Amino acid sequence: MTAQEHLLEVKDLVMHFPVRGSGLLRKTVGEVQAVSGVSMHVDPGETLGVVGESGCGKSTTGRAILQLHRPTSGSVLFDGDELTTMAPRRLRSVRRDMQIVFQDPYASLNPKLPVNDIIAEPLKVHGKWKDDGPKRVAELLELVGLNPEHGNRYPHEFSGGQRQRVGIARALALEPRLLVLDEPVSALDVSVQAGVVNLLEDLQDQFGLSYIFISHDLSVVRHISDRVAVMYLGKVVETGTRDDVYERPVHPYTQALLSAAPMANPKEERRRRRIILTGEVPSPLNPPSGCRFRTRCWKAQDICATEEPELKDRGTGHPSACHFPEVNTEVV
Amino acid sequence: MTTSPKEILRVEDLTVEFPTEDGVVHAVRGVSYALHEREVLGIVGESGSGKSVSSLAVMGLLPRGARVHGKILYRGDDVLKLPTRRRRALRGGKIAMIFQDPMTALNPVHTIGDQLAEAVLAHGLIPRKQALARAKEMLDLVGIPQAEQRLRSYPHEFSGGMRQRAMIAMAVINNPDVIIADEPTTALDVTVQAQILEKLLEVKDAVNAAIVLITHDLGVVAGIAHRVLVMYAGKPVEIGDTDSVFYRPRMPYTAGLLGSMPSLETSGGRLRPIGGAPPSLINLPPGCPFSPRCPLADATCTAEEPALGEAGEGGHLAACHHWRAVAEAPDPTALFHIESEAVS
Ligand SMILES: Nc1ncnc2c1ncn2[C@@H]1O[C@H](COP(=O)(O)OP(=O)(O)O)[C@@H](O)[C@H]1O
Ligand code: SF4
Ligand SMILES: [Mg+2]
Repeated sequence: MTAQEHLLEVKDLVMHFPVRGSGLLRKTVGEVQAVSGVSMHVDPGETLGVVGESGCGKSTTGRAILQLHRPTSGSVLFDGDELTTMAPRRLRSVRRDMQIVFQDPYASLNPKLPVNDIIAEPLKVHGKWKDDGPKRVAELLELVGLNPEHGNRYPHEFSGGQRQRVGIARALALEPRLLVLDEPVSALDVSVQAGVVNLLEDLQDQFGLSYIFISHDLSVVRHISDRVAVMYLGKVVETGTRDDVYERPVHPYTQALLSAAPMANPKEERRRRRIILTGEVPSPLNPPSGCRFRTRCWKAQDICATEEPELKDRGTGHPSACHFPEVNTEVV
Repeated sequence: MTTSPKEILRVEDLTVEFPTEDGVVHAVRGVSYALHEREVLGIVGESGSGKSVSSLAVMGLLPRGARVHGKILYRGDDVLKLPTRRRRALRGGKIAMIFQDPMTALNPVHTIGDQLAEAVLAHGLIPRKQALARAKEMLDLVGIPQAEQRLRSYPHEFSGGMRQRAMIAMAVINNPDVIIADEPTTALDVTVQAQILEKLLEVKDAVNAAIVLITHDLGVVAGIAHRVLVMYAGKPVEIGDTDSVFYRPRMPYTAGLLGSMPSLETSGGRLRPIGGAPPSLINLPPGCPFSPRCPLADATCTAEEPALGEAGEGGHLAACHHWRAVAEAPDPTALFHIESEAVS
């Protein structure tokens, strides 16, 4: 696995945000350790699902990859180029190849612009607006399942699912190779969500796109991902193919998370034994020493407090970060 | 219909309308259901289907201006006709409610202990000290550690999960027979959701209450509801035993919901979205409200709104002219197409 083989290769990514005091000098009094040494890669045409609960650093990772936040340390290689040290000018042109779609299409689309203009904007900013611009916008609308004749309407005139399609059309305008999708269907009702998920799958097939699909929804992530990374408190605790992670989870957190996710299957639900975690996620201002999951882990021993478990294959066939790896095939 | 002994709440033909500048919103258009002692009834449906409004109507918590019709019978008494004083006594007494956002029910400027004690004092003449003791007992019951100290905390000092526990404590403090929980775990992370649902069921058993559990997530009710009611455009469109509704749906909308959900258990496959969007409640389509999105819709469907009626054995009810076709389909979810939504 050399770096050049991957479209995107993230190594030891760290993103800490300073917390300033309320005093006159607003001195730094601490730091939020949002992302603490995350490594992952994405190949052409594949989907990496990033799953975890709120505050685990999923979105920050996505943004730091796109350099929307400049990482504290670590490396992000896109097609072999290091982004973290890249000059802003060059970064701008590389960004054409990597776009982001947010959860709330309403907040991310300018309400004062008709949809045609919203989609045209990236083309104009990047000097790609030519005579055939309007035709290109119409094509993009059609591509995402919207009627091009509705392009002169404003975002509020569309339903939630349609607005998310507008967000996707805009992200596709510059023909990117990688899309970071940050909870792209989480705000949608399930019957509408399904249409957007299908659309994303179709677009991937058609254009060979790579996706980083960030979500707290374990079922959607299983459905759409080729590979999955599970995050807890700023770290990847387990990663592998989707079947590795969902059928043979190793890390206690992955197991607890999967066992807690509800399924629309009454007989299975009555049969399943949930692993109920105690307590809540500790603050990223002051994460636990050693393994960050240890304060909620039923397997924790002394070593968990003193030694941080590295993310590596511990003889289970895929990487996990637990001193006591054990495959559990029963949680889902 | 007579009230059977084990029935404790019966809602009959409940309608709620909101006159607005844009027209009358028909938020609830004839909701009927019965709840039995200690039963868990799941109410599912997508946003805007009227789940919350119908529950707020039962609690008498709708904003002024809402027009409410129908009957809400608690142990045979029509709640809507009770004198205000008795109605207030029921609310937070024998019928309690839990909301998605506990901050709508908790007062930010009073301690948790004071609010719990107040809830007791509002419903009984007992010394304040005893009310506080009861409050502590409830915090213990819902699994809030160091209850004695936590009584002196303010809501903002609690995490989301802890607030929802406090909300559950508040709901059961007066030994209700009915708990209406409206999306109680929707704002929570999945591991916390599992904690709260487990606690809710444990506490319900401790006080012998029945629960109406409202959610947009079919998975949340799958394992715990005895019966499930599916709402669409302000109406129940299907109701039946949980297994019957999930495994043998009679209404295309229910089948569509099930087919559009990705599975946690298996990889691959293709989702089957329901095309289009729910209708405007100001301007409903003629006939069946689901007809614009329904793969089985024909001229009968657009001419006449189907009533909720018997659809097979076991008390399974559905509101669909073609429920037989759905019931007989080898895989009802396959009635919906798998392509992405057509150009709208
Ligand atoms: N105070 C109000 N005035 C006008 N319309 C309202 C009011 N409250 C709710 N509605 C409308 O009633 C319908 C049903 O809403 P609701 O019961 O909240 O749905 P659900 O809980 O199923 O998501 C929605 O269209 C909603 O916008
Ligand atoms: S009544 Fe007709 S339109 Fe309505 S759900 Fe049944 S088949 Fe579909
Ligand atoms: Mg609601």
